[in-house]
Amino acid sequence: MTAKIKEFPGVGLRESDFTERKVLFTEWKPDARYAWDAGVAIGRYLAELKEGRIIGVRCHHCRRTVVPPRIFCEWCFRPMDEWVYLEDHGVVNTFSICYVQWDMERLEEPLIPAVIEIAGASKGVGILHLLGEVDPREVKIGMKVKAVWKPAAERIGAITDIRYFKPIN
Amino acid sequence: MGLRKVAVVGAGMTKFVRRAQETGKELAYEAAKMALDSCELTLDDVDGVALGTAPDAFDGVHMKGEYLSDGAGAWRKPFMRSYVGGGTGVFAPIQGWYHVASGLFDVCLVVCEEKMSSCQPHPQGAFLTIFDHTTERPLGPNLLWIFALEMNRYMQTYGLQKKDIALVSVKNKRNAADHPCALLGDPNITVEDVLKSEVLAWPVQRLDVSPVTDGAVALVLAAENVAKRITDKPVWIKGVGWSLDTAYWTNRDLYYPKYVEYAARMAYEMAGIREPRKEIHIVEPYDPFDYKELHHLEGLLLADKGEAPRLTAEGVTARTGNMPVCPSGGLLGVGNPIAAAGLMKVAEIFWQLRGEAGKRQVPGKPITGLAQAWGDLMQVGTVIILGIGG
Amino acid sequence: MPKEVAIIGVGYAGFRALTPEVSYKELMYEAAVKAYEDAGVDPRRDIESFVTVAEDFTEGTSIFDEYVPDQLGAVLKPVHTISGEGLHGFIAAYLQVLTGAMDIVAVEAHSKASNILTPDEIMAFAMDPVYNRPLRANPHFIAGLEMNRYLCETGTTREQCALVVAKNKHNALYNPLAAYGASIAVEDVLESEMVSYPLSRLDMSPRADGAIVMVLAARERAEELSDIPIWIRGVGWCNDSFSLENRDWTNAIYAARAAEMAYRMAGIRTPWQELDFAEIDDTFSYKELQHMEALRLCRPGEAGLLVEDGATEIGGEFPVNPSGGSLGMGHLLDASGLARLLEVVLQLRGEAGQHQLSDVETGLAFGWRGLPTTSGAAVILSN
Repeated sequence: MTAKIKEFPGVGLRESDFTERKVLFTEWKPDARYAWDAGVAIGRYLAELKEGRIIGVRCHHCRRTVVPPRIFCEWCFRPMDEWVYLEDHGVVNTFSICYVQWDMERLEEPLIPAVIEIAGASKGVGILHLLGEVDPREVKIGMKVKAVWKPAAERIGAITDIRYFKPIN
Repeated sequence: MGLRKVAVVGAGMTKFVRRAQETGKELAYEAAKMALDSCELTLDDVDGVALGTAPDAFDGVHMKGEYLSDGAGAWRKPFMRSYVGGGTGVFAPIQGWYHVASGLFDVCLVVCEEKMSSCQPHPQGAFLTIFDHTTERPLGPNLLWIFALEMNRYMQTYGLQKKDIALVSVKNKRNAADHPCALLGDPNITVEDVLKSEVLAWPVQRLDVSPVTDGAVALVLAAENVAKRITDKPVWIKGVGWSLDTAYWTNRDLYYPKYVEYAARMAYEMAGIREPRKEIHIVEPYDPFDYKELHHLEGLLLADKGEAPRLTAEGVTARTGNMPVCPSGGLLGVGNPIAAAGLMKVAEIFWQLRGEAGKRQVPGKPITGLAQAWGDLMQVGTVIILGIGG
Repeated sequence: MPKEVAIIGVGYAGFRALTPEVSYKELMYEAAVKAYEDAGVDPRRDIESFVTVAEDFTEGTSIFDEYVPDQLGAVLKPVHTISGEGLHGFIAAYLQVLTGAMDIVAVEAHSKASNILTPDEIMAFAMDPVYNRPLRANPHFIAGLEMNRYLCETGTTREQCALVVAKNKHNALYNPLAAYGASIAVEDVLESEMVSYPLSRLDMSPRADGAIVMVLAARERAEELSDIPIWIRGVGWCNDSFSLENRDWTNAIYAARAAEMAYRMAGIRTPWQELDFAEIDDTFSYKELQHMEALRLCRPGEAGLLVEDGATEIGGEFPVNPSGGSLGMGHLLDASGLARLLEVVLQLRGEAGQHQLSDVETGLAFGWRGLPTTSGAAVILSN
């Protein structure tokens, strides 16, 4: 049918139609605010971060240790068996070098987000965090990295209690 | 398959544009009207409406399904909105399928709309809150991160180069030059253009990415007995599949989309397809980023793991190749109004199988085609298989 | 509809004003575990598809669909979200079983309303951005407009609406799940703070947190797995005009149409006689009355009189909201309709406890999506 149709509906506007007010429009900034209950598993995770520790959970049934913690094993659909303290170092599973903000403005210094497989957790199990104290050109998949913690007095029980992960030899 | 047979009998779409003059409601209306006109039906013939649309934050309306409902033809009708993130565009016809296959409806209108441009200063703002509110959002992640992380993992696993992947962008943007609704068709684009484009979040560059787009697409589905009265060229829904992987995306290996494989296996089984590489003649996998097309071809079992780039380089996936992939021009070329883009792929298969795709028509009279979309945190696969005859 | 599909398991958690001890995932997990145990199914092995009900802005997460599979036992299974009322999600699950492609499907809906700090702002964000939002009015004005017109056209009084509040909060005292049971008088409602005339603070249901999961099965599996399958006899759903400019302010047409579809399926001609009780949306007091009329549980304009006569009380001729409804249990956002349906299931199983109705065989649940929508869904069950 596309072959038969000459004219499709839809009118495209230019950016200038808006800036020069050739079209009318309304604006609205939603005030959407939330306070999410952390609950049992993430509540403990945050409390341990405040103490400078990373904690995970273990399922004896499928023999996996995972982080961030959860009270159920999503594979076996049964309660997790135990809390397990993990190391605060690990291996880069994958990374990016990000030069833009969400609104596409260029960043002066690129950010280096990475999935970091945490030592003590099962293979392939990682968390999202940032890399620091490293030349972006030097970052490699498989590189060993260690958490750089905020001083104890500045920690509030948040993922940002770890400033970033930095390479270790 | 022992199930009530459901056919696609009509399709319509708006132009895909950077900023539409129409409101979201008006875009939905335009696509729905065109789809109904295409099979000479009116709203009176429609028993119910299935709507697909992605984050409310794009259009800037909470419960936007409700807001869009009358535009989508649902006034005083049964109306439901399904939602699986980016996978929505291929899920909406699956929703329409179960509405009709249930036996409750004879004719169901499926409408997908997205007006991304309403979200200012940049539609990426809608994606800031896709990350876990407690363990990830405080790190300030943006959408590009997860694609870049996945793309890097995919490249590393198979030792791929950027130039291997850029071929997809080139192919799709060139194909789109033949699509009358396309936003970014370009018959002359080259691999060098992609490789020279601005680096956003390495390895992702500007021309690896599909554009922000406004648009709407609609299909009309009908039960077997009704479909045959409406048209002499019904296109049957042969199989559907969908699968959602764990939300703990940092706990799994991103190199391979297992959820796409699971969805594909479900659809192949329903369609009675045992050898997809022989039995699927035309493919519209989800390509919001160029590497995604490759990733998804592998998940669909249409290419061996790590081999999709080679198929692309050898021209197998060209419009004139043995297995045309994204002959429409895909999201990279036609544009990416999220849910509408997914449904555009299903509409493309419909037009191709009916031999109505004009300049985009693939040779060889294909009889079976597959459309697939992906969504959430690299997490959901949605697959639909259409066929003529049988 | 013949007995094709049944509810074989229900599970629930929360139903409190606040649930700070658990995350939304943990709340959903608790409801899911109970539902699967009740149904005698293993979700990893037996359940073929899952439906969840969610809206991004009530969760505070874009594409909330991402965060549902793990706590439902649904990882790498067919899962999708319906952005609708809980009963829309339920119907989506039901349709999948009817296709014949699935035998066992689960549906989940939840509310973490207590985590939303700006609920009225978010409700306002659902209004038409061009025509209505620039008025910058609290969206409860829409309920005020509708209530005023409904009272005027039908002759229903504010006192009759207040009786609905008193009845439902009283019923809630006998329901251990209900968060807002109370003995209150008509005067308490009439004298409570005016929100948008004629709607007062106590005419509105207070919000609550909670999660509900149900398991549906095709006939053969249902009979094999359950001693007390609760059969789905009819479903219906409908949207009226979203636009405030041309909607009907007196009649709940979405409810009338949804119910007609469900009654047709169930072969019901005189609902007042053929149904034994109903659990229907009472987000606002007048909504229970308006919905009763739309659902043909009485003649237009008579719902208020029935409430006055006590006909809709637990011991009355036709009990409405024996659970306490949203006014007594708390409004669970889009999970509210599933809470209504849960009560119908418990009543039909004879498991409602202190507020159990005697000799009930067929019940109706009706859910409305709340302001500013005209979207509703109905489900008829029998034991």
